Amino acid sequence: MSVLESKIPEGPIEKKWTKHKNEINLVNPANKRNIDIIVVGTGLAGGSAAATFAELGYNVKTFCYQDSPRRAHSIAAQGGINASKNYQGDGDSDYRLFYDTVKGGDYRSREANVYRLAEVSSNIIDQCVAQGVPFAREYGGLLDNRSFGGVLVSRTFYAKGQTGQQLLLGAYSAMNRQINRGKIQTFNRHEMMDLVLVDGKARGIIARNLVSGEIERHSAHAVVLASGGYGNVFYLSTNAMGSNVMAAWRAHKKGAFFANPCFTQIHPTCIPVSGDLQSKLTLMSESLRNDGRIWVPKHEKDAKAIRGGKLKPTEIDENDRDYYLERRYPAFGNLVPRDVASRAAKERCDEGYGVNKTGQAVYLDFKAAIERYGKEKAFTSGHKNPSKEEIIKLGEEVVESKYGNLFEMYEKITDQNPYKTPMMIFPAVHYTMGGLWVDYNLMTTVPGCFAAGEANFSDHGANRLGASALMQGLADGYFVLPYTIGDYLADDIRTGPISTETEEFETTEKAVKDRIQKMFDAKGKNPVDYYHKKLGKIMWDKCGMSRNEKELREAMEEIKELREDFWKNVRITGKAETKNAELEKAGRVADFLELGELFAKDALERNESCGGHFREEYQTEDGEALRDDENFKFVSAWEYVGNPRDAKLHKEQLEFENIELKTRSYK
Amino acid sequence: MKLKLKVWRQEDAQDKGGFQNYDVEGIDGDMSFLEMLDVLNNNLVNEGVDPVEFDHDCREGICGSCSLQINGEPHGPDRRITTCQLHMRKFKDGDEIVIEPFRATAFPVIKDLVIDRSAFDRIQHAGGYISVNTSGNTQDANSIPIEKEKADDAFYAATCIGCGACVAACKNASAMLFTSAKVSQFALLPQGEIEAHERVLEMVHQMDKEGFGHCTNTGACEIECPKGISLENIARMNREYLSASVAG
Repeated sequence: MSVLESKIPEGPIEKKWTKHKNEINLVNPANKRNIDIIVVGTGLAGGSAAATFAELGYNVKTFCYQDSPRRAHSIAAQGGINASKNYQGDGDSDYRLFYDTVKGGDYRSREANVYRLAEVSSNIIDQCVAQGVPFAREYGGLLDNRSFGGVLVSRTFYAKGQTGQQLLLGAYSAMNRQINRGKIQTFNRHEMMDLVLVDGKARGIIARNLVSGEIERHSAHAVVLASGGYGNVFYLSTNAMGSNVMAAWRAHKKGAFFANPCFTQIHPTCIPVSGDLQSKLTLMSESLRNDGRIWVPKHEKDAKAIRGGKLKPTEIDENDRDYYLERRYPAFGNLVPRDVASRAAKERCDEGYGVNKTGQAVYLDFKAAIERYGKEKAFTSGHKNPSKEEIIKLGEEVVESKYGNLFEMYEKITDQNPYKTPMMIFPAVHYTMGGLWVDYNLMTTVPGCFAAGEANFSDHGANRLGASALMQGLADGYFVLPYTIGDYLADDIRTGPISTETEEFETTEKAVKDRIQKMFDAKGKNPVDYYHKKLGKIMWDKCGMSRNEKELREAMEEIKELREDFWKNVRITGKAETKNAELEKAGRVADFLELGELFAKDALERNESCGGHFREEYQTEDGEALRDDENFKFVSAWEYVGNPRDAKLHKEQLEFENIELKTRSYK
Repeated sequence: MKLKLKVWRQEDAQDKGGFQNYDVEGIDGDMSFLEMLDVLNNNLVNEGVDPVEFDHDCREGICGSCSLQINGEPHGPDRRITTCQLHMRKFKDGDEIVIEPFRATAFPVIKDLVIDRSAFDRIQHAGGYISVNTSGNTQDANSIPIEKEKADDAFYAATCIGCGACVAACKNASAMLFTSAKVSQFALLPQGEIEAHERVLEMVHQMDKEGFGHCTNTGACEIECPKGISLENIARMNREYLSASVAG
């Protein structure tokens, strides 16, 4: 039998979480005061977990590499957060949110976890409103909703295009209250360099103070990793520059299994790459697909003329446009899930219909929405015979009120006015569904080491639906971990403080220092970015939106060679004992160079197409993903045994008792 | 384009620091300002010189990490954007660009262009929250309707990214715009009203303690704010402060 124990409670799905909460161990308030918890990462999952642990009475230490917890990359989430409130009365329920999420994830997530997520989703909204998160409201003073991809109801709560910012500041405000009470100690500008195990249990971390360069020991009774995803393995992504896999990867090397590393989300609506020196890609929120229509020219000659700068998109007649998502997927149209929309864009561009200089872009057009809203607005304001100009003016105002900041952001980056000419967009790496394997309690295979938010694998299967990441981060932090961690810590009430003056801390600290020294010792010729860019190119070309056996094998080989070259030829300037951005990057890229190989291996071994993982060998006649439930209805959990390519596969078979497995269709 | 850069270099908080001149070429108008600095740093690493340290993270104008005083202006010559959103098309071939850290007593330099803005965090710790438990046992989110206009104003105040440009723009290095945005967000919402008095007193007290200057209503902060946080927030905070002080 497998060593993986998912610990899913018995009973009907809608009772599992309540039953579990009733049965798990609790820690009494007096004992909580004697227990320390380390939280690595202060985004939605880490921030909300830290605040809640502290409020319950535990002593919390938070770590983030940014200068303030409020800058964690959750802040950049734009569109919204799902909850099954059914405020719109459009038939939403916990079950529907659960169903949509499992289906959206292409049946590769764990039913019980997803149901729990749906169940607590409403609490999140209540909680955030009580904290003063200023969600968008209707004129009657109640909360507004909008619709996101892959669903047929409006369940997304939002704060313009800054929902992540508002939710994170909400979580940070909850942290502030606990910091002010002395229950949370913040270690900002600190990076976790390794996990410390004592008697097989996670008992602390080694961290580097990014200002002084000092290597520090921190102990605790449990360690929560909420350190985000690993999209930056692709170099260009919508992740923040500093987003990295170090905490999760270090834990992996200490025994935490890494699940489904190849499940990556390539988001369909990002601003296309403009040049070789580009450092970062910018997302345009999925909410834009509520109103924007995606198209490319119907005729290749028009696409060519556009690329050559001889034709403008606004000059192309309605009949000469191919609204390919509406054509291929009439039921969901422009609101198909992200994986489907991204692949469809790639298909058109590969066929030669792409726009932009590079041919790697499609249009996202608001003309129809501007006219529709303009007419509506004119009508409601008693304007009987509005001129075309008036309609457009009114329509632009409505669109501005909905998406103003996104349009502004687009214009700042591209120097084009999206009210007047369609936006150009292209898919980009955005989110990683894979992550540390966790059981129902969100504990990894290392006792006492938990993983939350994007850092774990649990809820999104092979594809995440829009507005679900914020929901999962806050669900894990506010409503799941605070219960489940108590079950684990109940055994620690007599343990007393964990000393850092032990052999385990000593050895781990030394390993961290040696690794840093080894990087300096290479004294090579190539800056860290040289390796990161090369790795990104391999990943994008061979492990990106579509994958095949031959290229995946090549990728594994090339990444291995690149990694070996890195350790011989990297050049790091400056000293380890000061602030040193090059050293920080080097540590992160070194881990990406290992993870990348495991990523390719995972993609190679999964001989099926599902969600964001598209294997060219496995597709239907009309180019849709072809899943293989008979052979691949499992979570791949990889055990580290030395080299990434030798990682040992453990399978967690997925049981679907409440949802019938079907071919995912959005037609 | 080719550019002449005059960049502030400072080894650490103790070092006096000074300007260094660097030339960069091959800069394209579509590159962001920070990508231009990436080019400079890549050149420096290749020459074996320590690259210029600067704070940055999301590179899409929302995390508030990036700062930089560019030709004397926080976040550079363009309006309503952060440095990471500033594009090189705003500059011409041959331009000289002076790049410094944000200057304020309350924001000491850590290294080169990196500053310590933890004073802002301490202002938030002092009262930037509503005292509700995160247990989820709160009332239904729709049980208190909030006027759309008020909710929108609270939202606009809450869009502050905490970058510190307001302080850098102010001749007195005042943090009134930052603090008032936080105070306003909560003061405008019924959920925040209950602790409004205490909150404004605590936050203003902390702000003064951190060594920020006084506000003399010049309004430079509003002009330089990348998020367009309105001066009305300062007026609102003054009102709140006054009524809290009178109430004792």
